[in-house]
Amino acid sequence: MRKHRRMNIKKIISTMILFFCSIAFLLPFIWMLSTSLKIETDVFKYPIEWIPTRWNAISNYQEVWFGEYPFYLYYWNSIKVAVLTTTVSVIVSSLAAYGFSKVKFPAGAWLFIIVLATYMVPPQASLVPQFILFRYLGIFDTHFGLILLGSFSVLGTFMLRQFFLGIHDDFIDAAKIDGAGHWRIFWRIALPIVRPAVATYAILRFIWTWNDYQNPLIFLRTDALYTIQLAMQKFTTINGSFYTLIMAAAVSAILPLLIVFILGQKHVIDGIALGGVKG
Amino acid sequence: MNKSLATESSRWLKQQQKSRIQKSENFIGFLFISPMLLGVSVIVLFPIVATFILSFADWKFVTGIEQLKWIGFDNFIALSSDITFIKSIINNAIFILTVPMTMMIALFLAIIIDRNVYLKSYFKVAFFMPYISSVVAIAVVWQVLFHPSQGPINQVLMTIGIESPPTWISDPSFALISLMIIHTWISIGFSLIVYIAGLQSIPKELYEAADIDGANSWYKFRNITFPLVSPTSFFLLITGIIASFKVFDLIAVLTEGGPLNSTTMLVWHLYERAFINLDIGYASAIAVVLFLFVFTITIVQWIGQKKWVNY
Repeated sequence: MRKHRRMNIKKIISTMILFFCSIAFLLPFIWMLSTSLKIETDVFKYPIEWIPTRWNAISNYQEVWFGEYPFYLYYWNSIKVAVLTTTVSVIVSSLAAYGFSKVKFPAGAWLFIIVLATYMVPPQASLVPQFILFRYLGIFDTHFGLILLGSFSVLGTFMLRQFFLGIHDDFIDAAKIDGAGHWRIFWRIALPIVRPAVATYAILRFIWTWNDYQNPLIFLRTDALYTIQLAMQKFTTINGSFYTLIMAAAVSAILPLLIVFILGQKHVIDGIALGGVKG
Repeated sequence: MNKSLATESSRWLKQQQKSRIQKSENFIGFLFISPMLLGVSVIVLFPIVATFILSFADWKFVTGIEQLKWIGFDNFIALSSDITFIKSIINNAIFILTVPMTMMIALFLAIIIDRNVYLKSYFKVAFFMPYISSVVAIAVVWQVLFHPSQGPINQVLMTIGIESPPTWISDPSFALISLMIIHTWISIGFSLIVYIAGLQSIPKELYEAADIDGANSWYKFRNITFPLVSPTSFFLLITGIIASFKVFDLIAVLTEGGPLNSTTMLVWHLYERAFINLDIGYASAIAVVLFLFVFTITIVQWIGQKKWVNY
């Protein structure tokens, strides 16, 4: 009984320590949110007003969403690019993952090594020729080009292949004896089994694409095509010292992801843990 | 005789059938992997080969392909006396310090979370939030937090008695450290999640046995936890170092390599030469150096995974 109580006190103390640590991670977000609701002159008031005394939320967010750099447009661009990239990437990766794991053909083994080897190439090392190639092909400064850049993921292929390998071959052979071809087996049997892995990969790909700044910066020129991250940067440059507006933009840029993350929290965390432990 | 002929012919038939099946397997296999293969060839393989070739050229992108001149190793020779390039490599090396920093903090937090705490999933989400948030938005927030005269961080420092706190990202001797602090803050969540998974795979009996022997916490950490999470640590070390070579968004939004080149790094220098000066050949030479660094680290990982990790 006494031991039990001591355990509880220990548990409470650990929780308290962690809670203080977690504040260091959340404070910048809270500061961002609270600043986005204030009027400009209250931004640097000290001690910090965590709950604004003078509210200006509606006009701040209105300026961000429908002002000179209208965020609704960039939201639409980002959603379009992220959804399409995720869709294409999931299709391409799961097809390749199935081919590399469940179709037995000799060339598959060494082709897989070639694909895997490209993972060693840091993306920035191939940036310059990509830039020249895209201009040459006429897909520079288009969403299509941007989607293409994110659609061929070695990581996704590798991850899904691990899961396909987990499906027993007898299962596939039984379906073959019943007359099913590889296409049917892939679509009807294999893919449904690895659905959780596909969900994890899709969420991660969506987050990465939404947050990508470098590719839009290099491959987009036209204002109207900007994704949310690029617009965020331009918006900051233009609005220099209007910190309430900048913070309202930052909240807008982070919020959808936070929702995706909280909804798919288990998938994301499990996926990362799995990838990390397996290496 | 007849019988053996029959088995012979049936074997032959079977083999024919088998090779036909194999042929169709080959075809179907290629069909499944062809989109990926095609994409990787166009987006990665061809460009990286082109990078190596262009690193031997002198070519400004605006002048058109006919102005391209082959100059052998001149770009690399120029690199060896390029002060910004050397500064970039030094900064990249310093930036690697964020990796052990991140890992130590993450391991500390992971051990507490893995033991008994309330609100486990709240903590996972809280520490992970910076990692999933966009670097651009985060960088902008920190830029204001680090504001030299009015920023909340310096206001707090001044209240606790530090009279002239550093001006952070606008001070050449503090800018890199500021970026490292932000980068560490962003990366802890990832390492934390991986460490928690690593800790969960340690058999609980080991700790129980140590308890019976009366071992203290430090002894248990030193002799059970630390050695048994070493595969995880090794993985985080390598991926962390590779990620540190790819840091771009933070520099692009916060400092653009300045002040006085104090935060320039390989990727930033590459970007500047390629997309601001449009100096394709020279930028490709930087890209080759970047590639070689990351390639070497990856090879070390492949060898090291077998050699140095003790289970």
